[in-house]
Amino acid sequence: MPSPDLIKLIFGRLTLESLPLHEPIVVGTFAVVATGGLALFGALTYFRLWGYLWREWFTTVDHKRIGIMYMILGIVMLLRGFADAIMMRAQQAIAFGGSEGYLNAHHYDQIFTAHGVIMIFFVAMPLVTGLMNYVVPLQIGARDVSFPFLNNFSFWMTVGGAVLVMASLFIGEFARTGWLAYPPLSNIGYSPDVGVDYYIWGLQVAGVGTTLSGINLICTIVKLRAPGMTMMRMPVFTWTSLCTNVLIVASFPVLTVVLALLSLDRYVGTNFFTNDFGGSPMMYVNLIWIWGHPEVYILVLPAFGIFSEVTSTFSGKRLFGYTSMVYATVVITILSYLVWLHHFFTMGSGASVNSFFGITTMIISIPTGAKMFNWLFTMYRGRIRFELPMMWTIAFMLTFVVGGMTGVLLAVPPADFVLHNSLFLVAHFHNVIIGGVLFGLFAGMGYWFPKAFGFRLEPFWGKVSFWCWVSGFFFAFMPLYVLGLMGVTRRLRVFDDASLQIWFIIAGFGAFLILLGIGAFLVQIAVSVLRREQLRDVTGDPWNARTLEWATSSPPPDYNFAFTPVVHDNDAWWDMKRRGYQRPLTGFKPIHMPQNTGTGIILAGLSTAMAFGLIWYMWLLAAVSFIALLVVAIGHTFNYHRDFDIPADQVVRTEDARTNLLAGAK
Amino acid sequence: MKTEAHSAITADHHPDQHAHGSLSTYLLGFILSVVLTAIPFWLVMSGELGNKQVTALVIMGFAIVQIVVHMIYFLHMNTSSENGWTMMALIFTIVMVVIALSGSLWVMHHLTTNMMPVHEMSGMK
Amino acid sequence: MTISVKPQQIGEPLFYLADEHPHPEGWSTSLGFWIYLMSDCLIFAILFATYGVLGANYAAGPAPKDLFDLKLVAINTSMLLMSSITYGFAMLTMQQNRIAQTQMWLTITGLFGLAFIGIELTEFAHMIHEGATPQRSAFLSSFFTLVGTHGLHVSFGLVWLVTLMVQVWRFGLIEANQRRLMCLSMFWHFLDVVWIGVFTFVYLMGMLR
Repeated sequence: MPSPDLIKLIFGRLTLESLPLHEPIVVGTFAVVATGGLALFGALTYFRLWGYLWREWFTTVDHKRIGIMYMILGIVMLLRGFADAIMMRAQQAIAFGGSEGYLNAHHYDQIFTAHGVIMIFFVAMPLVTGLMNYVVPLQIGARDVSFPFLNNFSFWMTVGGAVLVMASLFIGEFARTGWLAYPPLSNIGYSPDVGVDYYIWGLQVAGVGTTLSGINLICTIVKLRAPGMTMMRMPVFTWTSLCTNVLIVASFPVLTVVLALLSLDRYVGTNFFTNDFGGSPMMYVNLIWIWGHPEVYILVLPAFGIFSEVTSTFSGKRLFGYTSMVYATVVITILSYLVWLHHFFTMGSGASVNSFFGITTMIISIPTGAKMFNWLFTMYRGRIRFELPMMWTIAFMLTFVVGGMTGVLLAVPPADFVLHNSLFLVAHFHNVIIGGVLFGLFAGMGYWFPKAFGFRLEPFWGKVSFWCWVSGFFFAFMPLYVLGLMGVTRRLRVFDDASLQIWFIIAGFGAFLILLGIGAFLVQIAVSVLRREQLRDVTGDPWNARTLEWATSSPPPDYNFAFTPVVHDNDAWWDMKRRGYQRPLTGFKPIHMPQNTGTGIILAGLSTAMAFGLIWYMWLLAAVSFIALLVVAIGHTFNYHRDFDIPADQVVRTEDARTNLLAGAK
Repeated sequence: MKTEAHSAITADHHPDQHAHGSLSTYLLGFILSVVLTAIPFWLVMSGELGNKQVTALVIMGFAIVQIVVHMIYFLHMNTSSENGWTMMALIFTIVMVVIALSGSLWVMHHLTTNMMPVHEMSGMK
Repeated sequence: MTISVKPQQIGEPLFYLADEHPHPEGWSTSLGFWIYLMSDCLIFAILFATYGVLGANYAAGPAPKDLFDLKLVAINTSMLLMSSITYGFAMLTMQQNRIAQTQMWLTITGLFGLAFIGIELTEFAHMIHEGATPQRSAFLSSFFTLVGTHGLHVSFGLVWLVTLMVQVWRFGLIEANQRRLMCLSMFWHFLDVVWIGVFTFVYLMGMLR
């Protein structure tokens, strides 16, 4: 029998009691996940796919593959985040008239926290980063990003964060504090369990990845644009990506510091956000929103970029007001740093502070409104094709305007005093995040899917998904506006007033419609894969689009473009088509490309292990992984040969294959 | 024509990416920073100016000047390196730092004044 | 980028480059590293903001006047300043491709850095011994975190410095190593800039309170 000291050194505070065996719902979920996981593991082993996955995907530095892996991560986490959502909706729909519902408070509080954290950090962020990763280098005519290895590392750090959050479901528990973990509730005195530590370390690990990928994409856009592509000739999606990544680099450090200070309070006993010894919990709220507000724009700006590309492509017209679009984006970028206090008007800042931040908030609606008019004028007198991406865009315009206007309502401090912390607020931000970000991501996925895989998404199931999502959204969130106006606060588990129940039932019905929408989306992908031959596009330009990514094949070769394109105009590809560009058939040269490496996934794995050790006070594990982390990182710098040349004959073979395909298509 | 484009590209690939310092600029920067460090230390340690607020303002001024000196002589900041992108990034960061610092101080001052009853109690005595 | 490509003769514009022009290795490195430094700068800005907000909350514990020894801080500041100029000399000898001198100046830089860390740790130990621990008050929490984060950065810089010296010793002053030394140089001088903020706002202004 080993001594208790040794057990404590190895296992920290992890004991058998930490496993949530007494929660039948969690045990059931675990059974399902474990079965699915084992089946997947078995299938991969049976078909001998591990080597392929490791060589071609896990260790890849190709921005396209990393982008696709981000998308898969985001979609998988969407399922988890949505499971939380529908559980909350079900609980709130039945917990009336003395009924406790089916979730106890301990579990329910974890669910609403996990829902927020997962949807923002592990659904919206990976999907946005994935699209940027995939599309931006193609749009600017580059071979890859500036720092391909870092790109791989960033991705795996994001996965590491997601793994930690998912682990909290079965090993221990997640935070019960709400998605921003305000102290003093999140301090050690009130949350002594591992929940908040999972939250902190999950976000810290993923945050490192996000910051590094932000730096990477800024450099890519600044340094690797094709010759002739001046700043004002960049596609709008690239512009919004640039602004988003500037926001990431300028705001994620703030989150890192705030969470670090909170962990010092929890681990070391400092007094930053405590109630005693001069600490101030209000400082936490202030700091976390300096990150939190830009974060909203990090998510929505790329969506704006997607809508711009989609609107202009499917209207067959150049984007109306390109310059004003760019300036509006830049103005939003700056303004997003001047509004953070509107998240805590009611904390008691006084009239002058509140009016300043109220006014800056309202000003943001001006550039956003300008964008809306630009899209409308792009459509005006255009020959609009109602393909799925365009449908999502129109749904966005209708939905987002409602969300924007309720936002301006909330920006008025006296109104906010009535509405803060109510379901009105919950309805508002779901209105902008679903109606803005998510619809944008669906538009983007539908738009660029044929580029990534060489065949279109099947439209019938896409339309089913579209209508379920859009109608489900309105059913789910319009009742919350009503309830919020009636004064119902957020995060409640049970209700006394029976007259409210009908609204929650309608909202639950909406969530059910969204469930169907997600199901139809998965069916759409499956059906598209099965019917890929009918949906095949060999031209590389299925939408008759305008920007450079459509100039190459679908899927693009590893090197993206056999020859570096030269840009003469906005909408470079449109310009090339208009002026009779002939695809070069000879004269291919060897192409210099970065080499795959497993260091990124190893470093991220060690970081995750270290975080796990810190969460459970397994100091030995934490120390060992930290040292290993240093050794591997330093060892990696001794590798000076990170590139190789794709030989010319291989390029010739790839390009000839495409020539044959194009000839066959005609 | 193609060769023209060619030379334009290759020329772009080897710009003078970084202004390197020379011995004299490094030494000048060092001497300036020694002086700019020594004076505020002396002002505070000797209490020469008498008035604390004036001293505080003066040493803040020295700090800003010294930061600029370090930027120019040690970090070789100028408006042309990387086509001005480094300068742009720096200016943007300074704006962010000013917003975050002054905003936090302003907001937290208000919150502390309004929401900490301890202060009012002691004021009422 | 100032790539100028003139359109070709009428009717036949140039849409691609016939020759492969890979960007040279490290084409984006210095800009990328600079942007990283800017994000690090924001980390320090938030720590300064925290110190600015909480730094006067002594909670009936010790105040700056009871704790700070300006003479020690002055010595420490001079260590960092000296290390800055010696790193500058290392960069100058590096440009002349004089390996031995470069290594010598890097060693001296490292020693000054080590002295800085040593003095800082002594100061911390002394304060903790007197009961001025990070747990004692919000002022001390924010003080230790701000100054400690700077110290951690310097320590990390030292690890990096040693790694680079080994690499220079093994592979010489090849282009990749020169680029790495330049990045560390930016990092090192950046920490110097942060320290100007620390000694002014924390130590000197603390003594004025």
